[in-house]
Amino acid sequence: MKVAKDLVAASATPLVLGILAEGESYGYAILRRINELSGGELDWTEGLLYPLLHRLERLGFAESNWQSVTGERKRKYYRITGQGLAELAEQRRQWDTVVDTLKEIWHDRVPLTNPLEGLA
Amino acid sequence: MTTQDGKEELEAQFAQWRQYVLRRKELQPLDADELEDHLRGSVDELVAAGLSPDEAFLVAVKRMGSLDELSREFAREHSERLWKQLVLSADTGGPVAATRSRRDLWALVICAVGAAVSVKVPALFGLSLEDDGSFYARNFALLALPWLAAFLAWRRKASRPVIAALVALFALGAVAANVYPLLDTSQSLVVTSIHLPIALWLVAGLAYVADEWRSSRRRMDFIRFTGEWFIYFVLMALGGGVLSAFLFNTFKAIGILPEEFISYWLLPCGAAAAIVVAAWLVEAKQSVVENIAPVLTRLFTPLFTAALLAFLVAVLWTSNGIDVEREALILFNLLLVVVLGLLLYSLSARDPLAPPGPFDRLQLALVVSALAIDVLVLLEITGRITDEYGGTPNRAAALGENVILLVNLAWSAWLLLNFIRRRTPFAALERWQTGYLEVYAAWAWIVVLVFPPVFNYV
Repeated sequence: MKVAKDLVAASATPLVLGILAEGESYGYAILRRINELSGGELDWTEGLLYPLLHRLERLGFAESNWQSVTGERKRKYYRITGQGLAELAEQRRQWDTVVDTLKEIWHDRVPLTNPLEGLA
Repeated sequence: MTTQDGKEELEAQFAQWRQYVLRRKELQPLDADELEDHLRGSVDELVAAGLSPDEAFLVAVKRMGSLDELSREFAREHSERLWKQLVLSADTGGPVAATRSRRDLWALVICAVGAAVSVKVPALFGLSLEDDGSFYARNFALLALPWLAAFLAWRRKASRPVIAALVALFALGAVAANVYPLLDTSQSLVVTSIHLPIALWLVAGLAYVADEWRSSRRRMDFIRFTGEWFIYFVLMALGGGVLSAFLFNTFKAIGILPEEFISYWLLPCGAAAAIVVAAWLVEAKQSVVENIAPVLTRLFTPLFTAALLAFLVAVLWTSNGIDVEREALILFNLLLVVVLGLLLYSLSARDPLAPPGPFDRLQLALVVSALAIDVLVLLEITGRITDEYGGTPNRAAALGENVILLVNLAWSAWLLLNFIRRRTPFAALERWQTGYLEVYAAWAWIVVLVFPPVFNYV
């Protein structure tokens, strides 16, 4: 099962902000982390990630700096800002509402794929 | 294959990939750095998983997806990169280009300020714009265009003979404008005021082509330059108009009338400076933006052709003679100038090697209909040339111009026809037009230098 594109796009900002809230990181590591967290179900591309990182930087939710790693290779690290943390909290509140609502509506139904969902 | 070999090959592949990335204008060097780091991370991981560097590179690039898609996504976030931004940000071409464009900027500032100040210098000698309007009408081009020529000559690093020729020609212009005893009300004054700027513009053209003044390609560049310059100048004039309007009305609101400042300082000095600034803009933007003059010609050639054909049909249908007053002759001269401009600017943007196409036929139709109209006009005139059209410098100049334009367009039509029938190469048409620049220059100088004495300074 792959998650639909729209859903991936909608959840992209809170996901990246959430990962950056764990600590400074860079593009490749962020992508790895998303893969790891979603068990490979979230299909992220570089075309989604990097423009998003640049957007977060432009909006002031993240700041970046270049660090050199092994030899001449340099890497752009992103760090979440205070504004970014506030945005994350706001997004989280909204997502909680959505998730709670979905759970509420699915609570009494026959479970579709996951039987545990019905027991909860 | 040793590991060392594999590594070098991998680096070469990275370098090549980087080149591909940098060809996209949505992706800038820093983005390439970031993406390269990503790619390297991906390759390292695949190599650690047991792939050879080669295979790892292929898989990693494949995973990153097509560059098209990637740059599309980048363009959505960085749409400003698709617009070439103007002016003072010289961050595009490395340090050498930066110092060069900074030096250009200084030369521009010096020449523009020089032009603006020159306009007010005669005032120090008691010649005010208010009372000596005729002096300024004759001399405005002489005050402003030398600065344009200086800027261009500086940019081209013109050789001494060219600079000497420029100085001599401007001096000749100064003599022509000021030595003859022309009354403020004389026709010759008007004729000189119109033709001297044309002659001096072509002198500035000499500064533009500098040492390559014989080269047809360089002359064509000057024609392109003229078209773009005109468009930038008009745009700046519009901006200046808005500025003056606001200045006037805001100051009027507090009871001060800045009329004198606007008409005797802001407008003349601004116009003189704009002449140089427009030239700098054309030079700076030459390779950055699509030239606009050829786009306009593409747009208007069909419309003008339709209008001229409609006029011809109407003349033949109603068999109304064309009422040829002096104004009418000037009107038809302007029509020929417009047609010539349409022809010239689509020539200037055309790929010389492309085969003849429908647009070339359309142009032939345009030129031929303009010629037909002009012949009708000339037929009307010849009957009255002695009694009404001889005698004054105005009429002689208008008639002379008409003939010069007619000859140019007639031969252009012939060359265009032969080009469409694939008998002559396109270059013949280009050479004809660029060679004809000399005719315009010669005529303008004749009008300025010879006409006043011939017509007894009327």
